[in-house]
Amino acid sequence: MAGKKKRRSKKWIVNIVLGIICFVWLLPTLGLLISSFRPAADILETGWWKVFPHQEWKTKDTIQLSKDVDLRGPIEVNGQTYTDDQLKSGVMQDGKRLTWENRRAREISVQDQGWVGSPKLTLDNYKNVITGKEYTIKNADGSESKEKGTGLSQAFWNTLTIAVPATVIPVLIASFAAYAFAWLRFPGRRTLFVVIIAMLVIPIQVALIPVLKDYTSLGLNGSYLGIWLAHTAFGLPLVTYFMYNFISQLPKDLFESAFMDGATHFTIFSRLILPLSVPALASIGIFQFLWVWNDYLVSLIFIGNQPEVQVMSMKIADLVGSRGNDWHLLTSAAFISMLMPLAIFFLLQKYFVRGLMGGSVKG
Amino acid sequence: MNTQTKPGFSIKALLIFLGVLIANIAVNGVIFIFFRDSSLNPLLTAVLAVLWGVLGVYLIYYTFTWAVEKFPDRISRSVLPYVFIGPAVLVLGWLLVLPALRTLYLSFFNASSDKFVGLGNYIAIFSDRLLATALRNNLLWVFVGTLACVAFGLLIAILADRSSYERIAKSIIFMPMAISFVAAGVIWKFVYYYQPGDEQIGLLNAIVMALGGEPQAWVSMLQPWNNFFLIIILIWMQTGFAMVIFSAAIKGVPDDILEASRVDGAGEIRIFFRIIIPFISTTILTVTTTIIVFTLKIFDVVMVMTGGQYGTEVVATQFYRQFFMYRNFGYGSTLAIVLLIAVLPVIIINLRQFRKQGGF
Repeated sequence: MAGKKKRRSKKWIVNIVLGIICFVWLLPTLGLLISSFRPAADILETGWWKVFPHQEWKTKDTIQLSKDVDLRGPIEVNGQTYTDDQLKSGVMQDGKRLTWENRRAREISVQDQGWVGSPKLTLDNYKNVITGKEYTIKNADGSESKEKGTGLSQAFWNTLTIAVPATVIPVLIASFAAYAFAWLRFPGRRTLFVVIIAMLVIPIQVALIPVLKDYTSLGLNGSYLGIWLAHTAFGLPLVTYFMYNFISQLPKDLFESAFMDGATHFTIFSRLILPLSVPALASIGIFQFLWVWNDYLVSLIFIGNQPEVQVMSMKIADLVGSRGNDWHLLTSAAFISMLMPLAIFFLLQKYFVRGLMGGSVKG
Repeated sequence: MNTQTKPGFSIKALLIFLGVLIANIAVNGVIFIFFRDSSLNPLLTAVLAVLWGVLGVYLIYYTFTWAVEKFPDRISRSVLPYVFIGPAVLVLGWLLVLPALRTLYLSFFNASSDKFVGLGNYIAIFSDRLLATALRNNLLWVFVGTLACVAFGLLIAILADRSSYERIAKSIIFMPMAISFVAAGVIWKFVYYYQPGDEQIGLLNAIVMALGGEPQAWVSMLQPWNNFFLIIILIWMQTGFAMVIFSAAIKGVPDDILEASRVDGAGEIRIFFRIIIPFISTTILTVTTTIIVFTLKIFDVVMVMTGGQYGTEVVATQFYRQFFMYRNFGYGSTLAIVLLIAVLPVIIINLRQFRKQGGF
């Protein structure tokens, strides 16, 4: 079977190419994860990949030249002469590397190559980002400074407070509507459903200005209720469409026999349809939950700058703006915000993928 | 079953119905005000909200159906559907459909919405330099981003299908879909990070230096190429989506066709272009439109990475700037409508599809 053999050798190539792609895909997240456990000063001093064992030049010895050596002329070290530039970038002599330890004091370090492992790792970044307490960090130059924590735990609970009702309410409302669209006949049914389909991909930007105006006059800005309602409305078309597709596929006999037994639509819906729809409810519920959890724009508009209601994505975006170089905070904060989505992704992958496929049309 | 409608019965039912209506409005009005003004511990609020979201909303349906069933059969049967769709229609109408129409209306008015300017805003948007940059960048995002997502998605789906660790590979590529654009922004900001001096902690600059190049501030310099570095983030996140859907479609290509063409001596590349691509062409079209719609509205990434500076403005960030920061409702609405017009073809396609499927 020459063909089979040829294909097996191709499989080998496929595995390697795919492996490289996966590695590239994983690398940015890996960098974030590793950095979030490194001390603040270390992050800024060396790249995160330096936590892996690697070879590095280490100072074994120092040579003190006379103070009046002219840096512009040739510099003699151990009987050989080098230029200033060579010593700046490092030069090899007898398998050792010579470089300036302290150029002004005319001190040269003699370095040896050796393995560096056992990196310093810490949970401090997480502590600092989660609590709102003050803490001290060591700067790269050895000095210490005091900083106030980010208080991300508050934002975490805020996000949860927003995301759970903003998932439950639309899913429930949409399921009722989907049932009516699928199994009841009434005037205006077609028109209303066409509107819902048209709303599927509509950019939510077209709604934001008038809704904000209404919210301002109702006093709903910066309240949980306002943002629940907004997420409910923006999620409804998709959830209704998704649930309609599921509920309308259920066998017709189911309803007929229930009707024979004298059940009302309300009983049929709550006793029969809802239990049967659990997989669909889970899929679309997860999609809506993650959508709200990861949302930035809607919170930005309707929560604004009220710190006690702010969600994590806003907190992190603020951090990026105000503390853009404090990677010890940014990396750990971003990772905390990723915990929930990643947990859902790995634990409920089946529902997650199904919900995303169904939800892909969302506007 | 024939119910002789007795007028007295109907009036009683009507009264019950009105009573339920008023009670519901009162109860939910109180709940509304409570949640609006509550300064409880957020966690407690959340618990109450979930209770309300499940029980309260359920109770609305329950009481209304109960009241409607008091009506004679014929009336109750024609009213009931509206109870079921009522809440959805009300929320949707108030917070999505009417606002869209009001935005269209506002787009013909000036910044403070008190003077009619006709098409003035639209003309201004297409002639203003900043807004023109936003439109150009959006086109760049849509073309480059979508093309790359679809191409990579196809490539990886094919490779994964033929590899010996399909599930793990697909999980890895799909994972970025789960996280927020804000978190992804932080991840990639770190990759692109530039600091003056010899030691680069950003991955990209470290690689460039190892290859003997000069480190760069990728996201702020090099305009307009910095846009591509932002688009890479989109590709990183959305390729997984394309891949999962393509992967399912590729598995639908019948094995005997593939086997037959292999026997005929067709190479894998030829099979890919001649058999697989035509076979999944509708899927490719769907995925492409989905990613285009998504990319048109791109906002978070740009906001987090550059805030729209350094020539990376897109329509959605410009919308936010005009509406939220400059309070220019005229420009804001007009930009929102521009986005709407851009997705209009997709809306029409969706509706046509719906009608073709028989609709109802």
